[in-house]
Amino acid sequence: MLSGQRNVARVIASSSHCDLPGHDTSSQNPKNNMAGICSAGHCCCRANPYLAIMETPTPPLDELIACPHCDALYHVGTIKKGERAKCERCHAKLIAPRKAAGAHIIALALASVVLVVAALFLPFIGISRLGFSNQATILEIAWAFSGGPMLVLSLATLGLIVGLPLMRLLLTLYTLIPLVRDRPPWPGAARAFRLSEQLKPWSMAEIFVIGCAVSLVKLGDLARIELGPAFFMFAVLVVLLVIQDTFMDRWSVWKALEK
Amino acid sequence: MSVTARDKGLVGCRHCARVWPMEKTRCDRCGARLISRDRASLQKVWAWWLAGVMAYIPANVYPMLKTRTLFSTQEDTIIAGAFELAKYGSYGVAAIILIASVLIPLAKFFAIAYLALSVSRGATMPARRRFVLYEVIEYIGRWSMIDVFVVAILSAIVQLSVAAAINPGIAAIAFALSVIFTMLAAQSFDSRLIWDRIDTPEEDSARG
Repeated sequence: MLSGQRNVARVIASSSHCDLPGHDTSSQNPKNNMAGICSAGHCCCRANPYLAIMETPTPPLDELIACPHCDALYHVGTIKKGERAKCERCHAKLIAPRKAAGAHIIALALASVVLVVAALFLPFIGISRLGFSNQATILEIAWAFSGGPMLVLSLATLGLIVGLPLMRLLLTLYTLIPLVRDRPPWPGAARAFRLSEQLKPWSMAEIFVIGCAVSLVKLGDLARIELGPAFFMFAVLVVLLVIQDTFMDRWSVWKALEK
Repeated sequence: MSVTARDKGLVGCRHCARVWPMEKTRCDRCGARLISRDRASLQKVWAWWLAGVMAYIPANVYPMLKTRTLFSTQEDTIIAGAFELAKYGSYGVAAIILIASVLIPLAKFFAIAYLALSVSRGATMPARRRFVLYEVIEYIGRWSMIDVFVVAILSAIVQLSVAAAINPGIAAIAFALSVIFTMLAAQSFDSRLIWDRIDTPEEDSARG
């Protein structure tokens, strides 16, 4: 039995875990089981301190986690805030709870909603050349494809850079607000959270900001470019979204939704 | 060697990682469909892949940008636009455009095809490296959309009356579709299939 000193993980039944002689199955030695390595130091005994590789399926199913990327099965021990559990096989981050994550995410999401909505109506980028000048808001940028058959692309662009990021923010708020207040989840919260996760790759605010930088370089020699307030709001938004994502621990949210 | 949910007669939810008995078809926690190994996913991968490759052809044949200045009107395809920039000495930007809109999409097509083939035919590349390849494709795929956004930004702001105007070409929509289809191809792929082979070589070689 490999059991971490801080009781962070448990291997369910490790009778066949390591048959080599000298294997310390009792794990009485705190010096060794800190790192979850048996005293003999066999490489086969190097256990993940937070996730124990499953040997026999005895525990209740809700204490197990299957890596969505490689299907490796683990028994989830107690994972403290600030610790992270990664899949042994594919190294995907599986569980990483953080202190007061819910409150942080809600605050960041609210700020992000304000930024997105306000940025819609302010000038995003401007240009001047030979006495002519022009500026555009995000809505006007998305509308650039509106002539003729490319209208669909305008709508898609608007959705990818504003619509879906905004929708994800609202879905996140809908899921987390009751959970943070220790209330039962609002109806359809599981569906809302799953949708928000599915939309993640399609929310492209950060790509749009980098696209802006590329346009600047392309136009650099031809005209004078001014970045409007909306550009800086979007740049801040991207940073907030990244921070928000580091606070988001899917496992904790799903656990809370299940209760 | 890792123990998988399938080894234990269980099925893991790909959306919320909850574990259920194998016979269950829908996850009670998040509502997603449960399937231990989505072999049918390979058909979806190939369908989206083909759509992506097909959309990529008009994306390169037709003009991406129409530039009108005082004295001339010009229609540039992606590749011609990059060479145009290189002609005026902007080698850096030209290289970025060639890499982002030609090299990366092509590399994605080859990589997705390789991964799909490696699952059905077997592969020499270790599973871990193939998984890293898959993660890179999933991560990089959405960034190709940058080209479409650049066209939108240029077309929206470079509208300077008679001095200069830029308008999007029809290739923009083909390119956007190609990116979207390729993303869908990568998302349809069940990455758990990559890992099966190393654990159950006999079964897979019998099947292949």
